[in-house]
Amino acid sequence: MPRTITPAPWEELVTTALLGTDRRPTAGDGGAAGLLDAAALHTVRRRAGLRPAAPAARPEPAPVDRRPPLPPAARRRLAQLLADRSASAGSVGRRGTAPDLTELIPQWLATANQQGFRAPAALLPALLDAARARTDLRPQALTFAGPRGLWLAGLNPEWKFALRGSSGGSSLPGPTEPEAVTRLWEEGLFAERVALLGAVRAHDPVAALALLATTWTTERAEDRLMFLDSLRTGLSSVDEPFLEQALSDRSRNVRSTAAELLSALPESALAGRMASRALSCVSPDLTGDEASVAVEAPHECDAAMERDGVVAAPPSGRGERSWWLGQLVEATPLATWPARFGGRSAREIVGLPVADGWAEELHAAWCRATVRQRDPEWARALLGAPSLPPSNGPGTASLAERSKLLGILPSAERAGWVADFIAAHGLSEAFQLLGVCPTPWAGPLGRAVVDALDIARDAGSYPWSFSGVMGLAERCLNPAEADRLEVLTTTPDEPEDASPGANGYWSEAFQRLVSTLRLRAAMDSELTPAV
Amino acid sequence: MRTAAPVARWTVEQVLALAPDDASRKAGSKLGSAGPWSGGGCDGSGAVWGQCKGSGSKPYVTVIDITGPAYKCSCPSRKFPCKHALGLLLVWASGESALPAGEVPDWAGEWLADRRRRSVEQAEKRAGTDGAPSAGPADPEAARRRAERRAERITGGAKELEERLADLLRGGLAAADQPGYGLWEETAARMVDAQAPGLAARVRELGSIPSSGPGWPARLLEECALLHLLDSAWLGIDRLPEPLAATVRTRVGLTAPAESPPVRDRWLVLAQYDTPDGKIVARRIWLYGRETGRTALLLSFGAAGRSPGLALPVGVTIDAEITPHPGSGRLRAELGRQFGVPSPTGTPPPGGTAAEAIGGYGDALREDPWLDAWPVTLRDVMPVPSGDGWQLVDAAGDAALPVAPAALSRPGLWKLVALSGGSPVTVFGECGHRGFEPFAAWSTGSDDDPGSDDDSGAGGGTGAGAGGGTGAGGGTEGEVGADFGDGAEAGDGTAAAAGTRGVAAAAARSDTGSGRAGAASGIVPLI
Repeated sequence: MPRTITPAPWEELVTTALLGTDRRPTAGDGGAAGLLDAAALHTVRRRAGLRPAAPAARPEPAPVDRRPPLPPAARRRLAQLLADRSASAGSVGRRGTAPDLTELIPQWLATANQQGFRAPAALLPALLDAARARTDLRPQALTFAGPRGLWLAGLNPEWKFALRGSSGGSSLPGPTEPEAVTRLWEEGLFAERVALLGAVRAHDPVAALALLATTWTTERAEDRLMFLDSLRTGLSSVDEPFLEQALSDRSRNVRSTAAELLSALPESALAGRMASRALSCVSPDLTGDEASVAVEAPHECDAAMERDGVVAAPPSGRGERSWWLGQLVEATPLATWPARFGGRSAREIVGLPVADGWAEELHAAWCRATVRQRDPEWARALLGAPSLPPSNGPGTASLAERSKLLGILPSAERAGWVADFIAAHGLSEAFQLLGVCPTPWAGPLGRAVVDALDIARDAGSYPWSFSGVMGLAERCLNPAEADRLEVLTTTPDEPEDASPGANGYWSEAFQRLVSTLRLRAAMDSELTPAV
Repeated sequence: MRTAAPVARWTVEQVLALAPDDASRKAGSKLGSAGPWSGGGCDGSGAVWGQCKGSGSKPYVTVIDITGPAYKCSCPSRKFPCKHALGLLLVWASGESALPAGEVPDWAGEWLADRRRRSVEQAEKRAGTDGAPSAGPADPEAARRRAERRAERITGGAKELEERLADLLRGGLAAADQPGYGLWEETAARMVDAQAPGLAARVRELGSIPSSGPGWPARLLEECALLHLLDSAWLGIDRLPEPLAATVRTRVGLTAPAESPPVRDRWLVLAQYDTPDGKIVARRIWLYGRETGRTALLLSFGAAGRSPGLALPVGVTIDAEITPHPGSGRLRAELGRQFGVPSPTGTPPPGGTAAEAIGGYGDALREDPWLDAWPVTLRDVMPVPSGDGWQLVDAAGDAALPVAPAALSRPGLWKLVALSGGSPVTVFGECGHRGFEPFAAWSTGSDDDPGSDDDSGAGGGTGAGAGGGTGAGGGTEGEVGADFGDGAEAGDGTAAAAGTRGVAAAAARSDTGSGRAGAASGIVPLI
């Protein structure tokens, strides 16, 4: 500017500008143009003379993560999986032949954690975002994210969830620091205390119970329930006195949980009391030619039964005597029954006819007892042969109950049972059962599923009737099956009675299955160091 | 005969960065595995090809030339690159065996050969015109008259704008906060009529300031004053020295052709991002010249619904010529001829301290007082939370730059924080009066190896470079603006300390710098 300007303080200029030069004439007589000249000079001078600011306090650096970095190919894969997750959020469409990458994130994380790799720093935000959106991803995602992930989550309120389960990132005091243990137990947050109890219990169950007993009577009822529930892990006869005491707790939920835990200890006094009650109700029927089971349900629920966890009032629609019977049998050690029925095996006992229509009630109670006591022999007996139709089987027709029973069997036997079930009955009821099978599916199970899908296609149904099983197959089939499945991706001529266009969709679905399996194989090989 | 060695592959991030929008990124990702592809392959010259099974009976035929990059696909999509090109690049980037090295098939070779011949011809034509400006308009006299008429209209516009600004200041800025205040839109339209798009854009920006939160009167006065400065500069352009006059012409909206001699270098692509600009999309690509140490900005535009044609993946280095535009620090340039295949790696620019960065902005204001920010690389800085925002703090010094408000809500900020983990990193971005806007970062250790015990940052200095950095340009008294927080006292200390430490620190830095030059360092895009 060629003009000479008397510098006025910046605040002065702003005030004048706000009010207007008509109302507040400037010191010079430049008027509005003079004000703008002065302001321009101020602005450019201020910008040209800017200096750095004083630094704020630095956060502690992230703890060092000693795990090895991902191989480059695996890193690229993770970037792609996470990018696809954020891209596909909130959109639903026809699935086409391409794999659903989002569904593969859990498997990828599990393998990466098995191999003990460190998460790439630049992908941590995407990883935490993924874990924030999907709770089922959280345990594996947080393990993979490691100490730097936790450090990062501490700086962003959106990732608070990561700190919740981790007792704030601080480590628990060890058994050598009894004072620190006591202090944390008395002053810590609830999550920290649960974690502490578990840690002490793993090391010394008696000390853990002693610790719990110090504050037991002052804990709130819902906290007592949670602490009691945490005893489920590593339950043993050491816990019996404490649980027996808890049967007299003020809270009904605490009482029934204590009873449930005690009944899972076949040697416990409670289990003995329940057994003697159950024995008076269920006995061999000696009147007929054939052996059978006679049932005389209890006529009353006395105070002693209630103290042992029997709930007196049945849910609406159920008779109270059958309700009580169920609870007694459920809490009775299964070993009680062979002695009662002349040394018969579980399978033989389950096969006995039951008098007066009590079969369903009795078998259902045995199922619950089996699940509670995790007894494989009884589970086998109650599941029956896989080829039997579910409605005619011995134990229960409920798929949920059957999945629970399957869960007790050794994994190979479980897969074999489900394979035989599918071979006999097809896929329409198999989804829940497949969910408890170990992955990747064993050879016979995988073949049974693929054969059943092939049969369904030949029968002319649409593939989306089986989309649940298809999705499971994509995630659980052994990737090595891909080559064998290739033949199914072609589109054969349509049979006359087929649904129109079904074959095209089937071929698309099988293509997706094959490409997903190939992708999983690639993912695994990227994460597995060459030997 | 083409070389048999396969071209080094890009990363998944580099490929995804080419996507014109989120929908394409998603659609491309779905095609990014071997499944739908057949007959694909790649060769050593940068060609990638494949056939993608779509919903129709005929597969789509996709061919990509990595040099460029350029794409050809038989699908009808108007997106560029289309999802098939992105998917094919993803398959290629993930190194899947679906794309073996081989001979280019005929269906792909025709287009590739055509394209390469054309680009050579264009480059030759450009090279031919460089010496002789005869390729200009057919009638230079008519062109001169046209230019004069446009200059007259702009002068008219500038005068009118001056009157309106004066009116505003006479009545007081408080009026601009009143509802229904219609000055800006109407005035902007008048500036468009006056063929001064640069003035129009500035006027429109003014309109958004009254709603920008506390302190708006001061910001509005600043921008009004700078607009007034631009008007005055245009009206007195005859008396300005040439570089400044060129800057004024550019700022007003007269785009000068890029006709200076081209600069050939190995250019590292530092950042690429799109910003909506009315009905068009503006794409900015930042380059750093390995030999010249020069930073350049490639600006391209795409019409509504179409992404700009030029796309370069972040982190690759291209051997190419650029032609700078005159004015505004000669930052903006046009990409010219490219030589050979892009290399997928590149170490970060050497970079400097926070004080040097802000000093560099001050220096740049000398040539262009309307500049909001200046590109710069910060070496060994750490992101640190500060109040509601973040700072980038010199690892070994006591100086910090606030992160610009625009960058605080971007996911890139968290990538930067994660990459740092509380340890020093190198960051490229723009430094200006609003703070520092990060565009890309490199971890100090080896590629994505932040946990290593690399403490190379600890020995580095904070000394300002020669010239002291601060107080350059038109500035005489270094005032620390409100944007920079409570740094007033520390500012003086920094300057003094930097002066005494300068030489030793510079020596220390050059040591660590050369020691690190060999390490392959992964760039992480932050925008």
